[in-house]
Amino acid sequence: MKLDGKVHRFSPNDDINTDYIISGRYKFKIDDMNELAKHVMEDISPDFGSKVRKGDFIVAGRNFGCGSSREQAPRALKAAGISAIIAKSYARIFYRSCFNVGLPLLECDTDWIEDGDLITVDLDTGEVADARTGKNTQAKPIPKTMQILLRDGGLIPHLKKHGDFALR
Amino acid sequence: MGKTIAEKVLSSHSGLDCAAGEIVIASVDFCMSQDGTSTMMIRELESLGFSAPKTKNGMAMVIDHNSPCPSVDVAKIHTRIRDFANTNSIPLFDVGEGICHQLVPESGKVLPGDLAVGADSHTCTYGALNACSTGLGSADVAAAAFAGKLWFKVPESYSLVVNGKMPHRVGAKDLMLSVIGSLTSDGATYKSVEFSGETVNNLSMDGRFTIANMAVEMGAKFCPFAFDSKTANWLSVRGFGDGVKVASDSDAGFEKRFDFDASELVPKVAKPHAVDKVVDVSALRGTTIQQAFLGTCTNGRCSDLEAAALILKGKHIKSGVRLIVAPASRSVLIEAIDGGVYAALLKAGATIVAPGCGPCVGTHAGIPGDGENVISTANRNFKGRMGNNEDVGIYLASPETVAASALAGEITDPREVP
Ligand code: SF4
Repeated sequence: MKLDGKVHRFSPNDDINTDYIISGRYKFKIDDMNELAKHVMEDISPDFGSKVRKGDFIVAGRNFGCGSSREQAPRALKAAGISAIIAKSYARIFYRSCFNVGLPLLECDTDWIEDGDLITVDLDTGEVADARTGKNTQAKPIPKTMQILLRDGGLIPHLKKHGDFALR
Repeated sequence: MGKTIAEKVLSSHSGLDCAAGEIVIASVDFCMSQDGTSTMMIRELESLGFSAPKTKNGMAMVIDHNSPCPSVDVAKIHTRIRDFANTNSIPLFDVGEGICHQLVPESGKVLPGDLAVGADSHTCTYGALNACSTGLGSADVAAAAFAGKLWFKVPESYSLVVNGKMPHRVGAKDLMLSVIGSLTSDGATYKSVEFSGETVNNLSMDGRFTIANMAVEMGAKFCPFAFDSKTANWLSVRGFGDGVKVASDSDAGFEKRFDFDASELVPKVAKPHAVDKVVDVSALRGTTIQQAFLGTCTNGRCSDLEAAALILKGKHIKSGVRLIVAPASRSVLIEAIDGGVYAALLKAGATIVAPGCGPCVGTHAGIPGDGENVISTANRNFKGRMGNNEDVGIYLASPETVAASALAGEITDPREVP
């Protein structure tokens, strides 16, 4: 599947933690993901909630999604319209949770992609191409287990569909 | 080649002879969620038609992150959790009981050799009990409760060897901050980290809980400690069995080995806004603080409160400084009252809040003011973590350093306090 969209980058570039993605101020009292989506990234980019459009991408550096296990982070990003994240690496819990809720992640060098660029991401091949610069790169292929979860729409739909884990 | 603890626990729980890198479906012994993560888990469980957990030792839910409840919105969430727990006969630790990562070990539901998961990132804490435990999102924990099993990638393991006698007023927190400072915030991502060596053997169980708790701050998945006489004693005084002891083989395949010398260690502080920005306390000498916080699943145990009380006893915190104390559980609170620790803290000017997370995650009970500095025994100092995004600086340190700094009103080396 090919996705097109606009890139959002942040400062800091590395170690964007789940508190930055959705602050504890909101996640403990708001249970509606569409409401939470309005506050996504607020601590490091106050106007992000109003800027983001459906189909946009987040591009970052190392260790994206570190910190708390709050699944509100991937869910609120998805509710805000983010179609995929491209980063150099991810924290473990966030990585699992994204695929569990059906939000794809790609891993590759990202220094060449700039804020505001329009890029195309091919989830099947892992190719990431930048329309502005004409550059492209090959991200690590999405592991098979994760592809199965994505195809089924996440972990719980997967369990419902198969009545068990059918990941191999 | 021999096996690591992670490989052995995932082998015994999957029925396979598995090695690092493989994906396995493993039975899960216990699972847990807290009030910030329970509602999403409940929604998934209801959609699956859940009636009872299939995990061997069941599950628990804990109301600790906003406890007692600070607002109408949160009250609705708490009611939803209580209703679900009642309807499905799930043990609930309600307001006043304490922090999930203190209550689960105290409950005896996770024992040596077990595999446990929790919808909270610091679930790795139970590694101190010679178990493999890890934090996951709510969907994963719902799946584990529903199916009694979950998929895992068998992690590679790192061996962290610590030798040397720790100096006076330097402890497990200083050691772990120093380890995280050198490995960095993603230096052990997806790894199982096994601590060993003379220093680790001499560490108290509380010290091991502190270290295992913070393993996730360098990205680790598990932090299983070896079983020894201290583990056995901790379990037996609480009337728990020994579980299924597990040790890594002498020829286990560790991906990397790191060596640390504890005899050279000094009190450490993690600077805002990252846990791996670790410096010697002397580098921050004189940094003024407005609030000091003693508590959390990292350092809210009785021995931590006692270590702080020893420094504060007979003195008073600097005027203008707020010292907030949140014990990790009701039994910690009772032990601290019985041992006179509470009296010493109160006389020194501390404010005591209910057992629970307290101000750690910025929900209530001690949100700092814009532009203030806080010295805290917590495990995270991200920008906005304690409820503000207006440049609050959170400095992470040991209970001793927090106590010494509360006395002086500025970051202070606890070894300089008589
Ligand atoms: S004390 Fe802090 S780190 Fe520990 S569980 Fe509570 S909020 Fe999380």
